[in-house]
Amino acid sequence: MVETPVSGGDLTSIPALLHRNATQFGNAPAYREKEFGIWQSWTWAETREEIEALALGLIDLGVAEGDFIAVIGRNRPTLYWSMMAAQMCGAVPVPLYQDASAEEMAYTLGHCGARFVIAGDQEQVDKVIEVQRELPDFEQMIYLDPRGLRKYDHSKLHQYSHVQDAGRAKRDELSPEMARRIAKLGYDSTCVMLYTSGTTGKPKGVVLSNRNVIETSKSSSAFDDLRQSDDILAYLPMAWVGDFIFSVGQALWTGFCTNCPESAETMHVDLREIGPTYYFAPPRVFENQLTNVMIRMEDAGKFKQRMFHHFMAHARKVGPAILDGKSVSFMDRLKYRLGEFMVYGPLKNTLGFSRVRVGYTAGEAIGPEIFDFYRSLGINLKQLYGQTEATVFITAQPDGEVRSDTVGVKCPGVELKIAENGEVFYRSPGVFVEYYKNAESTADTKDSEGWVATGDAGFIEEDTGHLRIIDRAKDVGKMASGAMFAPKYVENKLKFFPNILEAVVFGNGRDECTAFINIDLTAVGNWAERNNIGYASYQELAQHPQVLATIKGHVEEVNASVAQDEMLSSCQVHRFVVLHKQLDADDGELTRTQKVRRRIIEEKYSDIIAALYDGSDQVSTTTEVTYEDGRKGAISATLLIQTAQTSAAVHKMAAE
Amino acid sequence: MLDQSEGYTTADGRKIGAVVMEMKNITLRFGGVEAIKDISFDIREGEIRAIIGPNGAGKSSMLNVISGFYIPQEGQVFYKGAPRPPMKPFEVARQGIARTFQNIALFEGMSVLDNVMTGRLTHMKTGMFSQALWKGRAEAEETANREVAEKIIDFLEIQAIRKTPVARLPYGLKKRVELARALAAEPSLLLLDEPMAGMNVEEKEDMSRFILDVNDEFGTTIALIEHDMGVVMDLSDRVVVMDYGKKIGDGTPDEVRGNQAVIDAYLGVAHD
Repeated sequence: MVETPVSGGDLTSIPALLHRNATQFGNAPAYREKEFGIWQSWTWAETREEIEALALGLIDLGVAEGDFIAVIGRNRPTLYWSMMAAQMCGAVPVPLYQDASAEEMAYTLGHCGARFVIAGDQEQVDKVIEVQRELPDFEQMIYLDPRGLRKYDHSKLHQYSHVQDAGRAKRDELSPEMARRIAKLGYDSTCVMLYTSGTTGKPKGVVLSNRNVIETSKSSSAFDDLRQSDDILAYLPMAWVGDFIFSVGQALWTGFCTNCPESAETMHVDLREIGPTYYFAPPRVFENQLTNVMIRMEDAGKFKQRMFHHFMAHARKVGPAILDGKSVSFMDRLKYRLGEFMVYGPLKNTLGFSRVRVGYTAGEAIGPEIFDFYRSLGINLKQLYGQTEATVFITAQPDGEVRSDTVGVKCPGVELKIAENGEVFYRSPGVFVEYYKNAESTADTKDSEGWVATGDAGFIEEDTGHLRIIDRAKDVGKMASGAMFAPKYVENKLKFFPNILEAVVFGNGRDECTAFINIDLTAVGNWAERNNIGYASYQELAQHPQVLATIKGHVEEVNASVAQDEMLSSCQVHRFVVLHKQLDADDGELTRTQKVRRRIIEEKYSDIIAALYDGSDQVSTTTEVTYEDGRKGAISATLLIQTAQTSAAVHKMAAE
Repeated sequence: MLDQSEGYTTADGRKIGAVVMEMKNITLRFGGVEAIKDISFDIREGEIRAIIGPNGAGKSSMLNVISGFYIPQEGQVFYKGAPRPPMKPFEVARQGIARTFQNIALFEGMSVLDNVMTGRLTHMKTGMFSQALWKGRAEAEETANREVAEKIIDFLEIQAIRKTPVARLPYGLKKRVELARALAAEPSLLLLDEPMAGMNVEEKEDMSRFILDVNDEFGTTIALIEHDMGVVMDLSDRVVVMDYGKKIGDGTPDEVRGNQAVIDAYLGVAHD
């Protein structure tokens, strides 16, 4: 590969960027974490000292160049530092999903042969200890929170602060070794290895080089004009590529401050307190927030309700136009200003979005109503399309060209092409090096010229250059009649209803489509409470006749809308069931990033699917569930099968 | 006369120290009803001591004797080697004894944080006026106490409800807040009155973990009353079994489990 010259000296590794930040913005906050009710903060200079101390301690423990160091836990500055300290030792950090089960962890730890593990707390330590016999390469573990670990055998276990202390004590002795290792790092060294969530099969270890991470951070920071003074909230899983790019890549490139919440439950309060300027969330989070706002408005007084609805109607009319800098009449602007004072401002403050300058959503399609709601408030929410193999960015929406049905134009440095079967391919400086120990999959995904298959089917709009994604390429199929079958297209439309949390549509190779539906307990539960409908369990609420009738109404609305699309009008849902349990990652039904695993669901619920197609009115079923601690139980239920109205397909006049 | 022997080591390797509290031939009557009949047992430093028994066995009465709320008609309570005189509740608190209640006794209108802060009251020395004026020592004192309260909030993982009024919390969380308030007093002896009553399995597991962690982290001696036999056997180092006001067993969970009198009390006796 040709070495690309880099502006501003020799910034070709994470430690080099850290050094620049500590010198250039030494006193600016780099990391904050809320602990004991107070935001604790560390400047870039302090951060460098902390990381160096840990790196020296790791070398002292015997970390060698090229070792893999697994990092497991919730978002905490110390764990981000652990990843950077690993890089300083010439080792490769491997962040893992903290909610993964012990077996899942055994696979990833065994696959990369991690010699060292840095774990957040007792829960993570226990999981690793449980599977350590299957891990011949595993040697030492470091933990952050000593709680509950005092009585553990400490022959392989070290407290984080003690490792740092040891490093500080041997600073003079070990510094030259560390400097030697840092000096060897360059654009082609491995920056991080991230395991993909694995919608199909075992997770794959995606190796990203410093070039991938730094080039991507550089161009994406320029694309959105990210600044040193920006603030982000780090709350998404550390094992996810997006978090690595935002909280490490872009944070180091631009020098902005990464804020870590106190715990997962306090995320919303912490979000409000920090008021990030750059914010990322999957559509699910935005949906939940909107659902909560709407529920709380239902409980508000009459006057507030009227004021809210009046100004929100106005915001929907002119808000997005004002945000895009289009011309809006003076009176409308004036009224929008008043609305900002009365409704939008306080609402944004409650949501923690008062300062957001750049907001992104990605991962799934977002409902147009949800998207427009936030934009109409004046929040610059945009969509991007990316994946781990691309170091996140493939396409993104530039300011002023934001729409809910596209994922934007190609990012700087990215090339796109669409294959004959509709699959999207890209090539960019962010394209991953390889799948670790899996040359076969690497070759399947990335061709010799560097083009990578996304696995998604889509097309580029000719007039705007925006990319639109239809579905996963492998999920797009044909119905018995030969018509195109794109389940996600229909599922997304269903999920746009606040009452529906998750939907799975079947129909590949069949005469008609059917669906599984999960109700949203927050929305439906609140509705039940307001209407004095008692229920003892999720299962009971899900099968309540009125709930079924409501869901049926939603399905029929979706059918009417699907019928409008000439390509996909056969995908209307004829029959459906409301499931007795939530689809859950612990049961293997969703990935850890909350994506539906179709094959597994099809196998597990084959009895229900059979009933959907054989015309029966109801089906009795027993489902195995896994509790958080790994124990198993079973739920039995009798589900009523619903039949929904379908609409006649709309044909183009000319075609007849 | 007090047993000052060296203590013992538990199966999981914890060192249990000398006797901190000893009950000697306690008898407690309410009018003609004998709630407790001639019971003796001790609580050692650092141990988790459970009192179990069927309904109406006199467990709560026993806990109230330990806490000094009931004065037994006969017998003597020794605390840290000395006979204990009748005391007011605040005097008990100053001695380093804190408790939780079976029917939750929190200040419902106050936030979780304020409730936990009330547990610090025995540690506050400044007067009402300087606290109201928020000057000098009062401010420093509040900061120091708030720090302790925050550490306990962190320990019991209730950060997310720090500012929530207690009235709005579900039952399981209220129980945890009550434990937080008791811990805020930094007690040397913690009394828990049915800490897991009315909880589901998951809440029980959480609470058990917290009780073990409290004992482990702070070295707090814990005496608890509990209904759920499984929980008691897993948690405690030694168990006192009561039935109809009498002690029918005392020992490690295994010993108690094999005790015929205990089995009879719990499962009933077959009549020939």
